[in-house]
Amino acid sequence: MSIVMGTGEGRAPGLSSWLAWPFRFLMGALNAPMSAVQRRFGIGGMGAVFLAPNMLIFGVFVLIPVVINLAYSLTGGTAIFFDGRYFVGLDQYKTLLTCGDYTIPSTCLQDAFWQSLHNTALFVVLQVTLLVLASLATALVLNREMRARGFWRGVFFFPVLLSPVVVGLIWKWILQRDGLLNALLLDLGFARTLWLAERNWAMFWAIFVSVWAHLGFYALILLAGLQAIPRDLYEAAMMDGTGRMRTFWRITLPLLWPNLLVVVILALIKAVQIFDEAFVLTGGGPGTSTMFITQYIYETGFAHVLRNLGLASAASILMGIVLVALTALQLLASNRRARKEAA
Amino acid sequence: MNALSAFLLRRRGGAGWHWTDVLAYLWLGLGLVLMFGPVLWLAVSSFKTPANLAEFPPTFMPLDAQAVRVQGYEQPLALFRVTLDDGSEKVLAQVRRVGIMAQMVDPQNPGPVIRVPIDRRTPVREIKLATANYAEPLQQFDFLRYFRNSLFVTVMATLITLVVNSMAAFALSKYEFKGRTAVLGIILATLMVPLSVIVVPLYLVVNSLNLFDTLWGVILPTVATPTGVFLLRQYMLTIPDELIDAARMDKASEWQIYWRIVLPLAAPALAVLAIFSVMWRWNDFLWPLIVLSRKEHYTLQVGLNAFSGELNVQWHYVLAMTVLSIVPVALIFLFLQRYITAGIANTGLK
Repeated sequence: MSIVMGTGEGRAPGLSSWLAWPFRFLMGALNAPMSAVQRRFGIGGMGAVFLAPNMLIFGVFVLIPVVINLAYSLTGGTAIFFDGRYFVGLDQYKTLLTCGDYTIPSTCLQDAFWQSLHNTALFVVLQVTLLVLASLATALVLNREMRARGFWRGVFFFPVLLSPVVVGLIWKWILQRDGLLNALLLDLGFARTLWLAERNWAMFWAIFVSVWAHLGFYALILLAGLQAIPRDLYEAAMMDGTGRMRTFWRITLPLLWPNLLVVVILALIKAVQIFDEAFVLTGGGPGTSTMFITQYIYETGFAHVLRNLGLASAASILMGIVLVALTALQLLASNRRARKEAA
Repeated sequence: MNALSAFLLRRRGGAGWHWTDVLAYLWLGLGLVLMFGPVLWLAVSSFKTPANLAEFPPTFMPLDAQAVRVQGYEQPLALFRVTLDDGSEKVLAQVRRVGIMAQMVDPQNPGPVIRVPIDRRTPVREIKLATANYAEPLQQFDFLRYFRNSLFVTVMATLITLVVNSMAAFALSKYEFKGRTAVLGIILATLMVPLSVIVVPLYLVVNSLNLFDTLWGVILPTVATPTGVFLLRQYMLTIPDELIDAARMDKASEWQIYWRIVLPLAAPALAVLAIFSVMWRWNDFLWPLIVLSRKEHYTLQVGLNAFSGELNVQWHYVLAMTVLSIVPVALIFLFLQRYITAGIANTGLK
């Protein structure tokens, strides 16, 4: 996580004043008790006091669950609380990982898990590729000198703010049998297609819609990277009569590389967890052809009548391992970026 | 014509068109259609009557049958354009329909009833916004309740996030104490544990605390964001320690230093975190979907999903409610776009 706040940018006096009033009330009221605490623990002890509320919530809702998750994955049964569960060792993992042929989900004990694994792998590869290419193209276009750049940036950015449910619903409405897309295609003389009822098309649209929704976010990061490239490099290239393509390959791309790397890894982390918009759009269907890992965890642990929390947490731990690896990569990449920026 | 196209295509510095220019404009045009089109279509569709929505191919504008009041009839009658036996066309109002015959009267001159085969008439329609799509769910369904729930979750979660995260950030940036590096390391490590990985055990924790199916069960697991702590700490590191030392000389309590000196100075970072927190919590879906089971506790996103998943999807309501759920986000976008985009570009947050 690289967090480099610009000192001048983002300064918002109007904003801070509307944020201020609930704070002022709360904080003023807390002064007396906190002063008492300070008399008790001294100035040096206040660090721990300030840290306490956050760490308490954090411990209860993040750290303890991480530990429980491991314990869950080693037990079986349908009970929520541990007194109703029994120890099974690594059986849950064995169940998940037993396969006749790992390339064919139907030969696996948990065929839904493997199907969702396959789907997620396909989704991640295609979605991240498309997403990065599209956001790079958008950033390059938005970086040109043009009128109303703010407007154009808004055009590509605004879906980022829409909730995944809304995004799913908007496209479900367009892609339905009697929807806009089929009407347009019929007008052009094509046949009507059931976009969300055919396996390959459903996957295509799950990918397309999530690219549509997140394109603006990554384009923005890349745009910031492009704008940080010194102008004089381009001017020098122009004086030397370097062509535009050569300028792109030799100046833009190498200097944008650290940002591009961060974008790729961030997109990977998000893509592995894909759930919301695809779930609303296709519901995992037709069949299980667009069911992804997170949906498998959700369905196994919560949606089925016989909830299998042990299996679900074993699956979530496997997903967690992948995410930890990806995040470690991201930290490495953004540290490198920060160091380069500092240099 | 030539002069006009020359004027339109003229470029600064007299340079000619490069093929990348053409591509750039194509991309912008495609973006405009693909990005705005779907949302525009949603907005227009949300004003159509159920009958108008069911039509295929769909009409672009929301259309509804035009109706008139005719003397001698209590209800307004629908207008039709009718081809009469002698080949002339006339606009008539339909009194009732019996099988394949329609009984119609002339609205200007409501005399005898004229019988017309139904395939000889086409409805006269006008652009009319079906505002009932918006009004009815607000009264009949739990939409307002969902809206209130979402609002409550968003506001409370954001306030708590800002307070506890900024306190932690203050501690981690301005105090020396044992275990500070360890705490930082733990927070850093949990950046890697997204909620989707711990939903199963979180469910147990929330159950044990009797928070299952409550809004607090949605709020509390989300508030201690490691990203927020990091963002604020990084910003607070830039606040000079001399300020704090000076305040201590003036006998300010540590709490006063925190909220009267450090917080105002960290306002830009707090604003960025506030905007993001509002967006995150307003749009959250997976966790509320798991925690909330009774309908009256649903947040907007869960409620919308439930509506659209019903066997008989009432699209006219779903579309209208979707538009309503976008309104707060659209307002935030219109007024705060600059801060949001600057925030993302500076922090890589999402």
